Amino acid sequence: MSATPETKNATLFEQLGGAGAVDAAVDIFYRKVLADYRINRFFDNVDMEKQAAKQKAFLTMAFGGPHNYTGEDMRKGHENLVKMGLDDSHFDAVMEHLGATLQELNVPQALIAQVAAIAESTRNDVLGR
Amino acid sequence: MLNITLGESKISCQANETVLEALLKANIQIPYGCQQGVCQSCLMCSLDAAPPVLAQAGLKDTLQKQNYFLACLCHPEQDMTVALPEQQGALLNASVIKKQQLTPDILRLVLQYDAELTFFAGQFVNLQRFDGLMRSYSIANSPQHDKILEFHIRRLPNGQFSNWVHDELGHGTPLTLTEAQGSCHYLPGRMEQPLLLIGTGSGLAPLYGIINDALAQGHTGAIHLYHGSRNQDGLYLIDEMRGLTKQFDNFNYTACLSGACVAEQAIETGYAQGRAHDLALNANQNLKGWRVYLCGHPEMVNQSKRAAYIKGASLSDIYADAFLVSNR
Ligand SMILES: Cc1cc2nc3c(=O)[nH]c(=O)nc-3n(C[C@H](O)[C@H](O)[C@H](O)COP(=O)(O)OP(=O)(O)OC[C@H]3O[C@@H](n4cnc5c(N)ncnc54)[C@H](O)[C@@H]3O)c2cc1C
Ligand code: HEM
Repeated sequence: MSATPETKNATLFEQLGGAGAVDAAVDIFYRKVLADYRINRFFDNVDMEKQAAKQKAFLTMAFGGPHNYTGEDMRKGHENLVKMGLDDSHFDAVMEHLGATLQELNVPQALIAQVAAIAESTRNDVLGR
Repeated sequence: MLNITLGESKISCQANETVLEALLKANIQIPYGCQQGVCQSCLMCSLDAAPPVLAQAGLKDTLQKQNYFLACLCHPEQDMTVALPEQQGALLNASVIKKQQLTPDILRLVLQYDAELTFFAGQFVNLQRFDGLMRSYSIANSPQHDKILEFHIRRLPNGQFSNWVHDELGHGTPLTLTEAQGSCHYLPGRMEQPLLLIGTGSGLAPLYGIINDALAQGHTGAIHLYHGSRNQDGLYLIDEMRGLTKQFDNFNYTACLSGACVAEQAIETGYAQGRAHDLALNANQNLKGWRVYLCGHPEMVNQSKRAAYIKGASLSDIYADAFLVSNR
């Protein structure tokens, strides 16, 4: 593709491939999360389709895509999980799966680092601190 | 400028406008979220024109085939009549042509309907009694010219609708039904894909329809059916399923009994011991690339969905109908 002004100024979300990339990543990412005994109890008793939609929301946000979540939303959204004992170790596990998912999809390291930075920036809100 | 019709409202959609934008501009509220084709909360269905391909990005193939689309991605190419997913169409009249006991608790009900109905085996319709009581039942047959629908209906202790069907519904009793819904059905394409079907009790109804449909369309991949019940009394169509395994090399059938005191004799005569989904999922460690159908007991469906997914099946390849029963 020629370097049009659009591609030069492409957002992180566009560089990753937009909604299509979220679709590809959600399948791999959510499977890793559900298979991980350290954190899968947080995902018990939820409808898988709805949960997959929420995982898409999560990835869209981490990919720098369009979303309406505020830090306050992140606090409220994970409030019950914090009551269940959600802590840094669980957050780290999710970060691990996020990175591994992007590696599996052959996303360049520089972009993975940007995604990780966005996700990392929500840590205190997610953990309710 | 094109016209969009939703229920009683007719609105115009400018070039460059999406259906969602046009609806919102006309002050018609429909659910929506990201407006980028990601969250799928603005799912709608076209009742006439096939929606633009781009408006169906990311939807399950069964939904695409039924003309579902995302309003936020849809730049109409012609006039469209659209509906929200749960919006029910007209009711059809139906009458009983056959009632046959399949097990002590499960009845085969065959109805004839009087108008046009498009459906796939495995979808469900809502049956409605004269007083308005309505319940969902899965379709066990493929569409034919004779306009019949087959259901397998299990009697629940004190269940209002199921007991009425078993005991009172007769040849002359008026009955109505809604349009077919749901995405749990067979679709041709990817004929070599292995299929895993797990059902408990009357959950065999949709699977029976899906299997016959797949075989009739020449599916070449392996097809594995696991049908489970607590005891021998709960299984049915056994001879017919065994017959199919002889007729089709790619069809495999496992009848599963989960009861504690399953007679040894039962095992000797070809039943597997254990719960259908445990047996099915233990026999297949890697489900990457498989298509999975799960029907019947909600807990079985939910557990299996998760397990099949973790074993590699992608979510868009897992079709499930949990036979949810309302809690009074
Ligand atoms: C998409 C879909 C497809 C379906 N397809 C079929 C089908 O093909 N065949 C079929 O038989 N059913 C099917 N069902 C279930 C069906 O719709 C009814 O829910 C079922 O027949 C019970 O209705 P009822 O009026 O007889 O019971 P209700 O009058 O609604 O009462 C049910 C009562 O039984 C209780 N109960 C719940 N579970 C059990 C149980 N396992 N044993 C005993 N009691 C229980 C409930 O708490 C409730 O009090 C399907 C459901 C859905 C959602
Ligand atoms: C890495 C930072 C994280 C971000 C940016 C994030 C983002 C999100 C978003 C956007 C939602 C959807 C909210 C909604 O629309 O309802 C969500 C829900 C959820 N998240 Fe997170 N999340 C993060 C970390 C975690 C961690 C560490 C866990 C647990 C191990 C977790 C578990 C969940 C669960 C279970 C839900 C669903 C809650 C429900 O259904 O009520 N999240 N998250």
